[in-house]
Amino acid sequence: MNEEFSKSSRQVVMPGELLEGEKLKAGAGTYVSDGNIYSAIMGFKTVKSNYVNVVPLSGRYIPNVGDNVIGIVEDVGPSNWLIEINSPYPAPLHVNEVPWRVEFGDTSRYMRIGDALLVKILMVDETMKVQVTMKEQGLRKLQGGEIVEIAPHKVPRVIGKSGSMIQLIKGYTNCRVFVGQNGRIWLDGETENIGYAYHAIKMIDEAAHSSGLTDRVKAYLESVAQPVQESE
Amino acid sequence: MSGMTTDIELVNKDGIRIDGRTAEDMRPLKIEAGVLNNADGSAYLEWGKNKVLCAVYGPRECHPRHMQNPTKAIVQCKYNMLSFSVSDRKRPGPDRRSIEISKIISEALEYVIFTENYPRASIDVYIEVLQANAGTRCAGLTAASVALADAGIPMRDLVPAVAIGKADGHIVLDLNKEEDNFGNADLPIAMIPRTGEILLMQMDGHMTMDEFNTALEYGKKACEKVYEIQKDALKRKYSIQSEDAEEPEAAVYEEPSEEGDE
Repeated sequence: MNEEFSKSSRQVVMPGELLEGEKLKAGAGTYVSDGNIYSAIMGFKTVKSNYVNVVPLSGRYIPNVGDNVIGIVEDVGPSNWLIEINSPYPAPLHVNEVPWRVEFGDTSRYMRIGDALLVKILMVDETMKVQVTMKEQGLRKLQGGEIVEIAPHKVPRVIGKSGSMIQLIKGYTNCRVFVGQNGRIWLDGETENIGYAYHAIKMIDEAAHSSGLTDRVKAYLESVAQPVQESE
Repeated sequence: MSGMTTDIELVNKDGIRIDGRTAEDMRPLKIEAGVLNNADGSAYLEWGKNKVLCAVYGPRECHPRHMQNPTKAIVQCKYNMLSFSVSDRKRPGPDRRSIEISKIISEALEYVIFTENYPRASIDVYIEVLQANAGTRCAGLTAASVALADAGIPMRDLVPAVAIGKADGHIVLDLNKEEDNFGNADLPIAMIPRTGEILLMQMDGHMTMDEFNTALEYGKKACEKVYEIQKDALKRKYSIQSEDAEEPEAAVYEEPSEEGDE
């Protein structure tokens, strides 16, 4: 079994399943009823610093403050853009939250419907009203390249333990890669290399919860591309 | 139950029913989770001669906007019988019966889903009955709750459902079509086995209080069985996934050549 997962017991639990353990507190993906902790979703039971969590096996992306995501302009208003971030909730991007000085009504000169952006979730309130920002280092409009979509809960596997998987892909394909927390991945580089990186990511998407994934992705990349000396 | 009479002996003197079951036997139930790629979650169910396909989308943005609830998600269920699901062609489209079933199923599901996690969103459940042989609302609800779990939607528990009825004066579990048509009563229920909470209950026909209590007892036991099959279907889907992933690298090495041809 892959060491990334062997540390935690990988028990699959179902909604309504009792999560037993001494002095545990209810974490993410759980609920409390009559003093007992039950799982709310299908996923892996994990215990981390006295909290019992259930890591989901599926599900939509739900915005969280501070997440970097890749959004697509869905609509343009006189003082904002509406960004689709692959979640149930659309996210407005106000002109004050972009790095340019935009006159009222001049929004479409900067970004149009269909443009892809790198944005950060600025705010999520209790009614799930989301706001995003582009006013931070590294956030920008994405030009060129390709976007791959994967299941949002598999994003951690694409990144790998302390970025190992993503470094592997970058190192072999010499692509610029940006992974959004919402399951969108932007790739830019030579056409052929994008193809290899795309394929590697699809491999991870299909076999996210299997062991030895890093080795297999590495074997694939070795078979198609040479490692680049100076990786990003 | 529908007032029709027949000379078929629904339950014989040994207590055996026309399909060979005893009063407390359920028809064979088979569930498969995650059968559709484009839906967020899905399930296919075969229960005796019933065949039901269920797909779940969401939580997603709710349209039309006026149906949004600012405090919680809404659960929209559409139960539909395909035109070839019954022996006489069923006229396609919603009718009084399917609108009612859609409503009761979405209300049962709404009770278990943590809808407050997703304000203003909508969770859409589509139940398509491919083949019907009595008890499709229970089959639909059973499949829908598996599909919801497959979609990763947080909920209190899975919802098993089963119908109990009365045929030839005997209380029998999980009515088939003949027993439903010519029997004396039909009582579909959905129950969370852990808490005993009843999420759906309808009754058609007549039962005495004693008969009703017996029926409820049968239903409770059957729901526990259905619940285990639901859990097993979800666990099996996951284990198949990881088995596929464990397969030798052959599949991985073939694909680069395809890509090289492009």
